[in-house]
Amino acid sequence: MSAPVLSLRAVAKSYGAARALDGVDVELHRHEVLAVIGDSGAGKSTLVGVMSGNQRPDAGEIAVDDRPVTLASPAVARSHGIASVFQDLALAPNLDVVENLFLGAELTRGRLLDEVSMEKQAWELLGQLAVRVPSVRVPVGALSAAQRQGVAIARSLLGDPKVIVLDEPTASLGIRQTAEFLTLVERLRSRGLGVVVTSHSLVDVHAVADRIMVLRLGRVNGEFDASVATQEELLAAVTGVESPGNGAVRGGGAR
Amino acid sequence: MIAAFSGTWHRVRSGELGVLPVVGLLALVWLVFQAINPAFLSSDNLVNLTQQSAATGVIALGVVVLLHVGQLDLSIGAVSGLAAAITAVTSVQWGWSQGVSVLVALGVGLAVGLVYGMVHTRLGVPGFVFTLAGLLLVTGLQLRVLGPTGSINLPFETPLVYLSQRAFLAPAASWTLVALIAAGYVAARLVERSRRLRVDLPAESLGALAARCAVLVALLVGGVAYLGTNRGVGVAFAVFVALVAAVDFALRRTRWGRSVRAVGGDADAARKAGVPVRRVFVSAFVVSSTMAALGGVLATGRLAAANQGTGEVELVLTAIAAAVIGGTSLFGGRGSAWSALLGVLVVQSVSTGVLLAGGDYSMRLVVTGLVFTVAIWLDAVARRARRG
Ligand SMILES: Nc1ncnc2c1ncn2[C@@H]1O[C@H](COP(=O)(O)OP(=O)(O)OP(=O)(O)O)[C@@H](O)[C@H]1O
Ligand SMILES: [Mg+2]
Repeated sequence: MSAPVLSLRAVAKSYGAARALDGVDVELHRHEVLAVIGDSGAGKSTLVGVMSGNQRPDAGEIAVDDRPVTLASPAVARSHGIASVFQDLALAPNLDVVENLFLGAELTRGRLLDEVSMEKQAWELLGQLAVRVPSVRVPVGALSAAQRQGVAIARSLLGDPKVIVLDEPTASLGIRQTAEFLTLVERLRSRGLGVVVTSHSLVDVHAVADRIMVLRLGRVNGEFDASVATQEELLAAVTGVESPGNGAVRGGGAR
Repeated sequence: MIAAFSGTWHRVRSGELGVLPVVGLLALVWLVFQAINPAFLSSDNLVNLTQQSAATGVIALGVVVLLHVGQLDLSIGAVSGLAAAITAVTSVQWGWSQGVSVLVALGVGLAVGLVYGMVHTRLGVPGFVFTLAGLLLVTGLQLRVLGPTGSINLPFETPLVYLSQRAFLAPAASWTLVALIAAGYVAARLVERSRRLRVDLPAESLGALAARCAVLVALLVGGVAYLGTNRGVGVAFAVFVALVAAVDFALRRTRWGRSVRAVGGDADAARKAGVPVRRVFVSAFVVSSTMAALGGVLATGRLAAANQGTGEVELVLTAIAAAVIGGTSLFGGRGSAWSALLGVLVVQSVSTGVLLAGGDYSMRLVVTGLVFTVAIWLDAVARRARRG
């Protein structure tokens, strides 16, 4: 098997007494979708924060293509080919679509912004991803949640990253938009990217992931091959109930 | 009719119309005061108005930039007073050449802005809090620099006084400038249009482009011609307008300007996108303080004196009011450099208009306060409209 494009070893992160991550190992390959699931507060956003350079781990090593790296900021992570779509999308509501897409990486001509080239590329990129916006010159604050998310994903694709990390991408989407999003993730995978997706929803994750990693209270509580794992197994790992796979998991409320 | 009005009203509220509402407000203010006193729109009064606007306007321009990142500096009056004191003391009492004095005064303004920027980015305290401490400190320095007399007069024939009081562009110079600006604007628009068409992007129709250019040319020609029937375009005012145009260009066409607006819209999002947020904050504080110092220098020239009253609190409020009345949002990320020009013209028009109408200082404060209140209200309503 080829070397992982992104790997984390024994990563730990605490907020005061709260251990958000504790000895977490992750390996991500090209052409692979890794889903990270877990209950609220399990540490998913913290893990994404570490991968995207938004949070510095207290301990552990990170390597990109087997070379150790320090992801000191989202900009540094980007320069290593790791792009992120944050849970809050991190878009400036007062800037328009083009301005947001190229924020921090504007195209220039001489020393001035090259609006024409940026606008042209923006249309092409949004077209490829089938993101529909009324105009690329409307402020992002005026777009729907799904459109904003499309813009955030499009931005992460600029500059040809190797890895895309998405935190709770389906949380604010409707049913049809979720389906479109899942197709989009498949397209990213077929382009050769490594994709990390966190989610609350077992169904969504099951539909698209190759591998599923369960976080529970900051620790890895099981890794599953998505093609064989059952909902019951996953649910058990998420909630920490023993002996997955039998009816006990469903017990309790059932008549 | 009603539908059209409410549509327009919605566009005003959501801030979609840019500076147009302020232009309307200025026209309204002018019409009202002209109806009360026909001397108001005389070329003599308008020349005075433009010359009086320069110093406050430059300070308001700094406010506009700082408001773009969502911060306020309450010590801009004190900084302008300190810059005035430094200019006067070093050039009159110490015998420095006036050019050097002015550069040193601007340098001190820049240094104050650097310190503010550091304080803000290291400690995360909002600007309007720690600049209050700065206000006390800088005012103390200003009084110390001025010395026991508390007031220093600049000789009438020094370059600074001449430039800010009596220097006007010669007709040939102003018309050459008008021609250059108009030609430059038309050329830039045409180039942009052809580049867009070449890559199949929608572009402005030639008719719309011609109309836009015609409006600009009409404004320039009309203004210069009318002021020209009196003393003409003052150098101080011309410098102010040029600064506004330069800042507008920087805000809209450079990466720095884009970063400034992004940080004002959502600083955390900007940081995640890779914008050097700290540097952007520091640069905005530096621009604001340096502009305040320049405003103080221009005010010294205009009054031919620096004293303890230079840059008092009213100046701060006037400059902030001008920026907001001109349409720059108090909430960050939205506005235009041109709002400094339009806003200061509104504020100065109200000041002189009230006096010409027989009102007094108290009346002037009340009317300005009312206009400011309406501007704040519009700003808040616009923000809510955008949030939907
Ligand atoms: N900035 C912070 N300061 C203090 N504690 C934090 C901070 N961020 C996260 N935590 C804590 O770390 C733990 C993991 O949080 P994290 O946000 O990573 O969970 P999550 O799995 O993303 O949850 P959710 O599903 O609610 O998004 C939680 O106990 C949380 O309270
Ligand atoms: Mg989370």
